[in-house]
Amino acid sequence: MTTNLIDIQNSDVIMATSNMAENHPVGFQWVMKAKERGAKFIHVDPRFTRTSAVADLHVPIRSGTNIAFFGGLISYAIRNNLYFRDYVVTHTNASFLIDPAFKTPTDLGGVFTGLEQTGKGGPDPHVAQTYNRSSWKYQLDGEGNAKRDPTLKDPNSVFQLLRRHYSRYTPEMVERVCGIPKEKFIEAAKLFCGTSGPDKTGSVTYALNLTQHTNGVQNIRALCMLQLLLGNVGRPGGGVVALRGHANVQGATDLAVLYQDLPGYLPMPLRDAHPDLKTYLEKETPKTSFWVNRPKFFISLLKAWYGDAATKENDFGYDWLPKRATADGYSHQHIFADMYKGKIKGFFAVGQNPAVGGPNAKLARAALAKLDWLVVKDIFLTETSEFWKAPASPPHREAADTKNTKTEVFFLPAAPAAEKDGSLTNTMRLIQWHEKAVNPPGDVTSDAEFVTSLAKRLQKLYAGSKKSRDKGFLSASFEYGDDPKEPNMELVLKEVNGYATEEIKDKDGKVVYKKDQPLNTFVHMTDDGKTAGGCWIYTGVLVEGADGKLVNKANQRKPADDKDYLAHGWGFAWPANRRILYNRAASDVNGKPYSEKKKLIWWDPNADGATPEKKGKWVGLDVPDFNAFLAPDAKGGDNAYIMRTDGKGAFFGPLADGPFPEHYEPIESPVKNLLSKQQNNPVAKIWQVADGKNELAAVGSPDYPYVITTYRLTEHHLSGVMSRYLPMLAELFESHFAEISHELAGELGINNGETVTVMTPRGKIHAKAMVTNRLKPFIINGKKTHQIGVPWHWGYNGIAKGDVTNDLSATVGDPTVYIQETKAFLCNVKKGVV
Amino acid sequence: MARTLAMFTDTSLCIGCRACQVACKQWNELPAEQPEWTGTYQNHAHFTDKTYRLVRFVEKPQADGGLQWHLMSDVCKHCAQAGCLDACPTGAIYRTEYGTVNINQDTCNGCRYCVSSCPFGVVAFNHDTGRANKCTFCNDRIHNGLGPACAKACPTESIQFGFREELVAKAQKRVAKLKEMGLKDASLYGADPNDFLGGLNAFFLLLDKPATYNLPDKPKLPQRNVFADSLLSVGSALLVGVGALLAFRERGQDKGGDGDV
Repeated sequence: MTTNLIDIQNSDVIMATSNMAENHPVGFQWVMKAKERGAKFIHVDPRFTRTSAVADLHVPIRSGTNIAFFGGLISYAIRNNLYFRDYVVTHTNASFLIDPAFKTPTDLGGVFTGLEQTGKGGPDPHVAQTYNRSSWKYQLDGEGNAKRDPTLKDPNSVFQLLRRHYSRYTPEMVERVCGIPKEKFIEAAKLFCGTSGPDKTGSVTYALNLTQHTNGVQNIRALCMLQLLLGNVGRPGGGVVALRGHANVQGATDLAVLYQDLPGYLPMPLRDAHPDLKTYLEKETPKTSFWVNRPKFFISLLKAWYGDAATKENDFGYDWLPKRATADGYSHQHIFADMYKGKIKGFFAVGQNPAVGGPNAKLARAALAKLDWLVVKDIFLTETSEFWKAPASPPHREAADTKNTKTEVFFLPAAPAAEKDGSLTNTMRLIQWHEKAVNPPGDVTSDAEFVTSLAKRLQKLYAGSKKSRDKGFLSASFEYGDDPKEPNMELVLKEVNGYATEEIKDKDGKVVYKKDQPLNTFVHMTDDGKTAGGCWIYTGVLVEGADGKLVNKANQRKPADDKDYLAHGWGFAWPANRRILYNRAASDVNGKPYSEKKKLIWWDPNADGATPEKKGKWVGLDVPDFNAFLAPDAKGGDNAYIMRTDGKGAFFGPLADGPFPEHYEPIESPVKNLLSKQQNNPVAKIWQVADGKNELAAVGSPDYPYVITTYRLTEHHLSGVMSRYLPMLAELFESHFAEISHELAGELGINNGETVTVMTPRGKIHAKAMVTNRLKPFIINGKKTHQIGVPWHWGYNGIAKGDVTNDLSATVGDPTVYIQETKAFLCNVKKGVV
Repeated sequence: MARTLAMFTDTSLCIGCRACQVACKQWNELPAEQPEWTGTYQNHAHFTDKTYRLVRFVEKPQADGGLQWHLMSDVCKHCAQAGCLDACPTGAIYRTEYGTVNINQDTCNGCRYCVSSCPFGVVAFNHDTGRANKCTFCNDRIHNGLGPACAKACPTESIQFGFREELVAKAQKRVAKLKEMGLKDASLYGADPNDFLGGLNAFFLLLDKPATYNLPDKPKLPQRNVFADSLLSVGSALLVGVGALLAFRERGQDKGGDGDV
């Protein structure tokens, strides 16, 4: 998330593409605040939800057509000259020139230059095609810098390519593809594109509505591009509001629960591409951008893990670090496909319930039955911990074969937040500390206790090992404080924050850090082993006060006031307590705010500079996301996007499936792609799973004629482990239901409250029909197309029980991050239990 | 008497998250109930002896093909002229020094007069304890310097808590603002003491007619009908009496005529 929820109150228009009021009700208070101040609120959603109920304009959109909609807005802004030209020229790569060999889908029938068949013998049997990206690059001048045309007129400029690429995305096309009436689309486009320019800003929210598609990453790119075009990033009331799925998803991502990253978004090394530290650092450290500091962060991470055993001589223990054998292969979907094949023997599910919560849950449960052992650590007996109990419901849904299920299951009761100390990092990068309120009962332990005690037992088990690969693990310290059982979480936070491993002096011999003293900023990290830090972006969260005591800034609780509307005294937002990222972009090329009303960070030429003889500094209402003393006219002084090698916000941004987002239909779709002959994302991943466990419906299949989307409700949490087991929450939505329009219910003779069967080629569920005005059929290319909606919280354990919605979804994935497509696929609906 | 406290529920800010409903149950330690299918997101259909805050979900299709989905967190109104309080024969229902209305569980005899006396269908009978129940305005919290649990939990400040006169002034400003923004039907319900029931200490801002939210247009106390009803009863009794007298008279006449049979 580029911004901060508090700052939404400054938006002139807010466009929620997610169901924010229902899924982020607390953050939604700032949308209501903005509305009270006169802001307009647009809600783009296939369904009319509690968010739509308070919106000024509800725009219904067929699931899976987000890029057509955003592309339509981009095209509308360009055609009607509504983009923020100064911002676009200064702060984005619109003026950069692209290799003339590069062509967009407008010229190549729906695909980009470089699409190649991988064939059956290709590296990945689940991907039919891949892109050769050799032409997806800037034209360079003699010195190796990208050529630019600030007039934006060169036909090879990013801007002209963008214009041409989206020229097909007319309001008429949006109507045909998305099912949004043309007038409604233009109303929304006028309203939101009106936030362009110096005096206005708008923000856009998204969540799983954009991510869970086979073009999930491109959906988000499209939205980011719209915001760049309107000059809505890095400015007050602007931004890309990424809303996370639960309390600590941001923290989990930051601390590398994802397979491709180490903490702080350092790439997880590859076995073949990165044989040693030198190669890794050379390949993964760009020549420009803030990432030139990557070696400092990486070596500090190794020091934090391996301690004194990590030395310059042994490459700081680089060889001990586990490596990826392939670039992908470790996502949720990969894991369950491989588990079903028998490739995975053991599995830990800590606070996760894949028997209900993941895509193709039937496959997940069948895969769990193939394990030798399974450890589940959770607060209740989840469906995963009792996966064999899934009830049989003939003819489609077989229970796991208990006789032949050999999986040994260990269930470890877990302490929830109130029974342990720790931190949560919320959707706006805000790290907030929570203290233990009560001791966990009985045998219940915290996750930290579990991880450290397991590690210490394993260390004992391997104590005598002479193998070099075990050395790192044996050297790592899992001691945090005096309590032999429960780790002191502030000491864990200190390791995450970073500290000096030895006394550090400046060039005048003055001691800057004593040994073990926490670092104040990641700028002080070094690549010589003198500093350690478990996650560089968190540095500064824990510092030493004047009295020598540790100050945990995640525990600060000073609310916003007139002087500090961004509440810098509440918790600690990474990086460096910045609340709005890329905030250099709030000022023009000369460092002057674009407008008084929307000022945030600006260059003060009279402020004291870095040295007494030099004047000038970036100042303002936030911590500058920029070198505070780099003058706007200095080299790179206008590169607001400091993490990018070119310093600019990217319209042209090569991903696995193209440098611009292009509309493709979901893998399962009721219609042919109306925009080009390319039906699906050509490089999407479709897993071939044995035993018919991942069958797909054909385009326009008469057996599966309806679009289905799955989602969550305010009252339940994810797979329901934290809500369905609590009586007060269970009673609010006790029965599993499917939302169906009056029109479809009429066609099928279904009354409100009757049981219906929803089926896909993967499975079927039974649910109560909630017949409602809040869903309406779409007119797609002139033809009535029905869509239904099914929440996915229920399972066979707990108080509120119901069928598993994810038994319906498929194992297909986005080519960049392999997220599933659970927001748009096909189903059939029949009255009664079929 | 202390200054009157009130709750102001602004439906224009409600997002139907039901945090209030859950917070109420949690603070007051009210058990869950087996829900019935209401056909919408609403659970339960009515207030019960275990559900004191209830979020209503009302779909209202518009003439232009659009839709309004009214979300409203309903609660006991703590009326200035409270039907339940008037009807209670044991004095179990009482008014606190803050103007709120409570049921003393120790002295409630379970007669249920209060249940039928509430014009809003708020008071409910608990068949296990044999006593009547309803929202307490979190009596324990307000006597310890805290607002009600529902107001505390509300993320959008749709439920506000404070001194009545201050809240009413705030609410009136809000209505004016909403009208300015084009919401012509915005109005306050129960804020004005002269309107009905002497004013409600839990009053509302509505965006549609009260009936849309399952609220009576002009609520009246059933007790207010006692006088007229009594007159009617007296009238009926007189009529019956006269009728009887007439009947006797006729019988007397008949007797004379049939004497020879």
